[in-house]
Amino acid sequence: MIRDITIGQHFPGNSLVHRLDPRMKIILTIGYIVLLFLAANPAGLLLSGLLLVILYRSSNIPLKLIGKSLKPIFPIIVFTVVLNLFFVTGQSQPLVEFGFIKIYSEGIRYAILMGARIVLLIAGTSLLTYTTSPISLTDAIERLLSPLAKLHCSVHELAMVMTIALRFIPTLIEETDKIMNAQKARGAQLDSGTLQQRMKAMVPILIPLFVSAFRRADELAMAMECRCYRGGEGRTRLKQLRLTSKDWICFVVCVAAFAAIWLTNFAFQSL
Amino acid sequence: MGAIIRAEHLTQIYGQGMPDASTAIDDLSFEIEEGDFVGLIGSTGSGKSTLINHFNGILKPTSGKLYIDGQDMWADPKQIRKFRFLVGLVFQYPEYQLFEETVEKDIAYGPINMGLSEQEIRERVKQAAELCEIDAEMLKKSPFDLSGGQKRRVAIAGVIAMRPRVLVLDEPAAGLDPEGRDNILSQIKAYHKETGTTVVLVSHSMEDIAKYADKVIVMNQSKIKMYDTTEKVFARAEELLQMGLSVPQVTKIFLKLREMGINVPANVYTIPYAVKTILAHQAEKKGEIV
Repeated sequence: MIRDITIGQHFPGNSLVHRLDPRMKIILTIGYIVLLFLAANPAGLLLSGLLLVILYRSSNIPLKLIGKSLKPIFPIIVFTVVLNLFFVTGQSQPLVEFGFIKIYSEGIRYAILMGARIVLLIAGTSLLTYTTSPISLTDAIERLLSPLAKLHCSVHELAMVMTIALRFIPTLIEETDKIMNAQKARGAQLDSGTLQQRMKAMVPILIPLFVSAFRRADELAMAMECRCYRGGEGRTRLKQLRLTSKDWICFVVCVAAFAAIWLTNFAFQSL
Repeated sequence: MGAIIRAEHLTQIYGQGMPDASTAIDDLSFEIEEGDFVGLIGSTGSGKSTLINHFNGILKPTSGKLYIDGQDMWADPKQIRKFRFLVGLVFQYPEYQLFEETVEKDIAYGPINMGLSEQEIRERVKQAAELCEIDAEMLKKSPFDLSGGQKRRVAIAGVIAMRPRVLVLDEPAAGLDPEGRDNILSQIKAYHKETGTTVVLVSHSMEDIAKYADKVIVMNQSKIKMYDTTEKVFARAEELLQMGLSVPQVTKIFLKLREMGINVPANVYTIPYAVKTILAHQAEKKGEIV
């Protein structure tokens, strides 16, 4: 079902990971992504995965959710794996030779590494959105990007746009679900027929969805005006972001872990 | 007449196997007779919407069976559309499903999906529009230019045009003004009388249910608690109140009268019947005095 898409959904909790400063979480997540691409051997990725499992455990987020957030990008993973499998060439003899298809051991290695990377990438960034509410996430982004305001970038407006977009993802998914059901009840065939027929069948879903999205945008703009919203200038915040000692401790621990994982590159060079 | 809808141990569990799994409807077995006008009431979250989604095959039962016109609905999942044409479902706020350029085309969407001939479609659109009091001028308009109540009528006409054997409506009058409310509901009632279509009406308004339904299904906590004639259901006012539901105003008055020691029946739920009862009671009293 369409509502099973969980990317960008927040699971409230009170664990250490939840309570961490969102800015720190964003920086550490970026660090983790960099690490995933620096770790060029199976041992490093395995340890990265282990680290992630520990973080998921400590934040009380069920590991099952990873599977859920991976579902929509599953085709991309398959695509990447297949591409690497067939097109990476190595110096040694190909393991399998079938016409123009040649599979080298390097290909298998790269395919597995790339697949694992994407899985960990999604799982890692999902942890950020699972444990951080969209509001504090955009707050953090706004703060992290605030130096850009000096270059006349409207950082606040950008952050507000993001907040609103994130806020409306679940709403619009629900809405899509409702409209799909309503059209199905009227006999729409969404999951069969040729590609052209299927695209045509989407029209009765997309039009009402757009109409309602515009209606919602209108209503939201009105509600914001009613509450005297006038942009970021002179706007104070309800929640002040403050880095505390626990944030710094986490930072040090995570960076140490990242560094250790990165160092496996040199320790297991033969792998 | 036989049962048009028959449920056997129908159960729906959302998110089965997940820690937050919830049972929306729990082991329901019941029948809806063809030609009945059935009201479906229950507090929010009692499973009404889940149940009616099943009637139309939007949801697949976690366990249990649902028979429409004697046929197992999920015997062959590929044939599910056939049942969607048998059971027309009007969702809550159906005006948000309109999408075509003109009202006429929108009403025709369902019949076109059924693969009917052009002439048949035109005829059905015309009849459905008439039933829902949509005039020729409105048929040529864009559905997005209409008022809320008009849009609602167009959406209902879109389902009626499919001529389903069962018409299921989820709060068709929600958010309308009193006049729009009465209009829509009495049109549905007239349609029911004229065509003999089975109607299932979900509503939070006890007045509406009392006025239009012959039988009432009461749902509470995923179960069917009562399924009887309207009269008998509203006679059990106390139980209804315990479930967070209510009874029509007029029934409340009669219950109060009984509390005051006046000998009137408890199963009064419409104004005309109330008038009759009071007149009878007065006549009786006069007789006593004489």
